[in-house]
Amino acid sequence: MADQFSKAAPAIELSGISKNFGPVQANKDIDLVVEKGTIHGIIGENGAGKSTLMSILYGFYQADSGTIKIDGNAIKIPDSQAAIAAGIGMVHQHFMLVKNFSVLENVILGAEGGAILNQGIALAKAELQRLEEDYALDVDIDALIEDLPVGLQQRVEILKALFRGADILILDEPTGVLTPAEADHLFRIFEQLRDQGKTIVLITHKLREIMAITDDVSVMRQGQMVATRKTSETNVEELAKLMVGRSVLLRVDKDEAIPKEEKLTVKNLTVKDDRGVVMVDNVSFGVRAGEIVGIAGVAGNGQSELMEAISGIVTPESGSIHLDGKLIDEYGSADPGALRKRGMAHVPEDRHHVGLVLPFSERENAILGYQGDDAYTSGMFLKMDAIEADARAKIEQYDIRPPVTSLKASNFSGGNQQKIVLSREMERDPVVLLIGQPTRGVDVGAIEFIHKRIIEMRDAGKAVLLVSVELDEIRSLADRTLVMFAGKIVGERGPGASEGELGLLMAGIEDGEEKHE
Amino acid sequence: MEVLFGLDVLNSTIRLSTPLLLAALAGLYSERAGIVDIGLEGKMLGAAFAAGAAASVAGSAWIGLFAAVVISILLSMLHGFASITARGNQIVSGVAINFVVAGVAILLGQTWFGLGGKTPQLRGAERLLEIDLPGIELLSDIPLIGWLYSGLLSGHGILVYVAFLAVPITWWILFRTRFGLRLRALGENPAAVDTAGISVSWGRYRALVICGLLCGIAGAYLALGLSAGFVKDMTAGKGFIALAALIFAKWKPVNVMFAALLFGYLEAVGIRMQGKIFPVIGEVPVAMIQALPYVLTVVLLAGFIGKAIPPKASGIPYVKER
Repeated sequence: MADQFSKAAPAIELSGISKNFGPVQANKDIDLVVEKGTIHGIIGENGAGKSTLMSILYGFYQADSGTIKIDGNAIKIPDSQAAIAAGIGMVHQHFMLVKNFSVLENVILGAEGGAILNQGIALAKAELQRLEEDYALDVDIDALIEDLPVGLQQRVEILKALFRGADILILDEPTGVLTPAEADHLFRIFEQLRDQGKTIVLITHKLREIMAITDDVSVMRQGQMVATRKTSETNVEELAKLMVGRSVLLRVDKDEAIPKEEKLTVKNLTVKDDRGVVMVDNVSFGVRAGEIVGIAGVAGNGQSELMEAISGIVTPESGSIHLDGKLIDEYGSADPGALRKRGMAHVPEDRHHVGLVLPFSERENAILGYQGDDAYTSGMFLKMDAIEADARAKIEQYDIRPPVTSLKASNFSGGNQQKIVLSREMERDPVVLLIGQPTRGVDVGAIEFIHKRIIEMRDAGKAVLLVSVELDEIRSLADRTLVMFAGKIVGERGPGASEGELGLLMAGIEDGEEKHE
Repeated sequence: MEVLFGLDVLNSTIRLSTPLLLAALAGLYSERAGIVDIGLEGKMLGAAFAAGAAASVAGSAWIGLFAAVVISILLSMLHGFASITARGNQIVSGVAINFVVAGVAILLGQTWFGLGGKTPQLRGAERLLEIDLPGIELLSDIPLIGWLYSGLLSGHGILVYVAFLAVPITWWILFRTRFGLRLRALGENPAAVDTAGISVSWGRYRALVICGLLCGIAGAYLALGLSAGFVKDMTAGKGFIALAALIFAKWKPVNVMFAALLFGYLEAVGIRMQGKIFPVIGEVPVAMIQALPYVLTVVLLAGFIGKAIPPKASGIPYVKER
């Protein structure tokens, strides 16, 4: 409980924290004060050192120098056990849950309350009941984690921390995996927690979240803490500038589209998933040369399956797709390779699994899918010099950092990985460009660059189909927006559509009337 | 019919299942904690040699058992060092243990005893003898139950009872204790254990100690109970059959017992079929029966009998993220 008579000591007080990994200085002389009972955002680009700093606080790493004070007491945090004892709980970006354990088992793991489980379980059940009621964190404690949606899994992580008596909660990119509605619910939980005296540290690179939920915000750049502001006294532009170190265009400058002939025509397309469930339901639309068509929607409403069908990864159930006026079906089954040859470039949603081979080098990834091309092969041998030169050119043109063609793709940051994929797909001079979630997990500086490149592709006369769950992105890039809900296109809007209007369509509410499925 | 269902075959099944059961349970502790253990065979062989050598030198089966357990735990720790501390490849480490033990046991046996790799024949107190369960007289009058009790359940070596008692104990440890909860979590997602503030390495080492203990008992049973002394290659692939039983049982303790019994039964039948001529079929190809455990396991793995999903993190060394 906070001291009610004098001003309480800050929940967290870091001074002079430094941490090196070999020659890389991940954290440089960092000072940070987080007041009790506040929501404190830490924002910065990928690789700015946010996660390292929080890992030091949670005992994953030892700082090389500096001191940590929790509630005014200087302490050492040599391991996670010590952090937990100091009242620090952490919700990791990738959940630390055992998938085939129940919620209850996950929560008590490490805090079982005795060598024999029975004793602890009864107490834990009562405590969980109380926590769920106090913070509106409803979860069925007997459910298996693997049966729960991500949003609920995240609640389990929060419950885990609270169950261990955490007064300070650190959340690392908590909304990355959530739908907008789930994220809103999470923010309401944050507010509830704060109102009950908990301190929340929110690590994110999404400026919108910082503005929506935090009381204070600290900005990190290249391992240093560059500024701390009251959220009410700052704005998105200032924060973006602090993060990147220069002004950033948050709204994309673009001229009106001058669309020409239709390059991609989708007619009555129906796609089923592995289980036989209809994911894309009788969808028809076209994309013309020189325009960007955006597909908005809450994740899981069929956008992924639509992209997979158009790019030739899966075979549609029925319907037709025309590329540049010619029917795509000559092989009778999915064949992405043949489509690439005909000018269909595809930047997949999931760059880690589909877009890149992570253990391969940058230059190998830069020709992936085109490796059989005459430019890169002669007979059965790869033209190593040509591939290297090609990779060099792309690195320069797309400002991929670090500029090392032999580095494994897994060693690049999210933004630079995405640039590798974009450089590969855009430089092929495609007829149609399919882009899924172009800026997922990408930092602000790279987002600006990627958006500019997409507009340039449009102006060069490509037909661009953009799928994104970031409504802002769709609204600033698309010349026409189609909204998908439950596998159907429920509406089309021009460039001027408001967020509220699109939001209603995304929820399946059409013209003020709820759709009944 | 006598060959397939006689009291003789069933007794033999229990005896032959025992080392499989112990070794499979050993593997269960190890793999449920995330360490693949292909070295069950080597540990058992090492333990059998230690048991034979120590029992013959000291003249006591109990000292033999003790030596077997110590050697097996040491080998298990070696595997632990390679796969937990040094984060090496667990298959390679396991295979290495199998090879090294097979060679060293014969070398030491020849140097110490000069019997071509064997240890001297064990007699009397040097062996673990069969024990009669209490109350045989009382129950023997009851039809069927008395017959089962005195004919089948009673009269095995003490380690047989240890092995079958280890099944409910293992179940209880795994699903009813803190140690078991953490052990299972280690095999599925060690990062979850680490972030809960518990040491992954310490937990895995402890699992390997139990693995070593059980393998040691299995090896001792081979040399002191089933036979009278150590002979070259006496495990004869039992470690691998145990591994197959573990997979066949989907890493569950009670299933492991039934799998071990099934595979032990097949072995018992196989032995009795040797050289027998049957009408129509002629001589039964014993190799076919001996191969059945592996065939059944492959059929299971191919997805014909449900699904065998191993612990998710088994075989992967744990490295802290970032």
